[in-house]
Amino acid sequence: MAVSLAHFLTVSAILLVLGVFGIFLNRKNVIVILMSVELILLAVNLNLVAFSAALGDLTGQVFAMFILTVAAAEAAIGLAIVVIYFRNRGTIEVEDISTLKG
Amino acid sequence: MIAALAFYVFAAILIASAVMVVTSRNPVHSVLFLILAFFNAAALFLIAGAEFLAMILVIVYVGAVAVLFLFVVMMLDIDFAQLREGFQRYAPIGAVVGGILFLELVMVVGAWRFAPEAAALRVNPAPAGVTNAEALGQILYTDYVYLFQACGLILLVAMIGAIVLTHRTRPGTRRQNIAEQVARAGSVSLRAVPLGAGLKEIGIARPPAPEEAKPKQVEHHHGHGGHH
Repeated sequence: MAVSLAHFLTVSAILLVLGVFGIFLNRKNVIVILMSVELILLAVNLNLVAFSAALGDLTGQVFAMFILTVAAAEAAIGLAIVVIYFRNRGTIEVEDISTLKG
Repeated sequence: MIAALAFYVFAAILIASAVMVVTSRNPVHSVLFLILAFFNAAALFLIAGAEFLAMILVIVYVGAVAVLFLFVVMMLDIDFAQLREGFQRYAPIGAVVGGILFLELVMVVGAWRFAPEAAALRVNPAPAGVTNAEALGQILYTDYVYLFQACGLILLVAMIGAIVLTHRTRPGTRRQNIAEQVARAGSVSLRAVPLGAGLKEIGIARPPAPEEAKPKQVEHHHGHGGHH
């Protein structure tokens, strides 16, 4: 029994759901929210690679590399914002961030 | 058979560590489980045949992103117990949303199929007899060079943004003012001196020796009880 595309899709679907669940579960801890976003992006990457392997098309892997880059940039910017927020407020509770009154 | 077995093992560890990432009490444990998840995802990439991306995943995610998370978690002095409040409150709605999302994904996975002409519509068919890294390099620097440059631009913007965001000028620090030093006039001069002459003989004005620091006067106050 070989590893089929459906196996990869199932794993990445579970991973994506876990990431969304983590965002809801850790409403206050922005660091864990960022980690959940990383999990979601990992699930997307897994999907792209699985389709790329199933179709024999390399474009999906190029896209996956682009997503990898964007994820790294997003983590850096997000953590920088966390650091300055902590420096200004002394906490990282994201529930009561309403400084911008958006 | 061995590939399938390896797939199941790595997928199980990946999902278990992802569960631990979102439910762990200590964010440091979350980061460490995130690293484990990335390693297992890299193994899944290897099984799918994307060796280059697997190595990139280990280097970029484990080597940079997860360590960045670890630094931030350990650098900030956060009361994590307080952040855990409301964990039970949000768990049901998260489970509902996650369950609905998962059901939708199951419906999508169960119902879709490839278009009949999918094989003919491939943009970059994987060339035979070439390693994955070489095949990726052949298209990444030719057809997708603008995408590649955009990646670099995004990283540059992110780097500058992170530096600008976290940089702060502390008040009261003394630092070199190059322009002021260069523009200084009058107090520095050059003169020719005879060889072998001492400083006293040629009369170079030296700055006066600094006064010896007086021993700190210790005053004893008596009869002011309450100040000590």
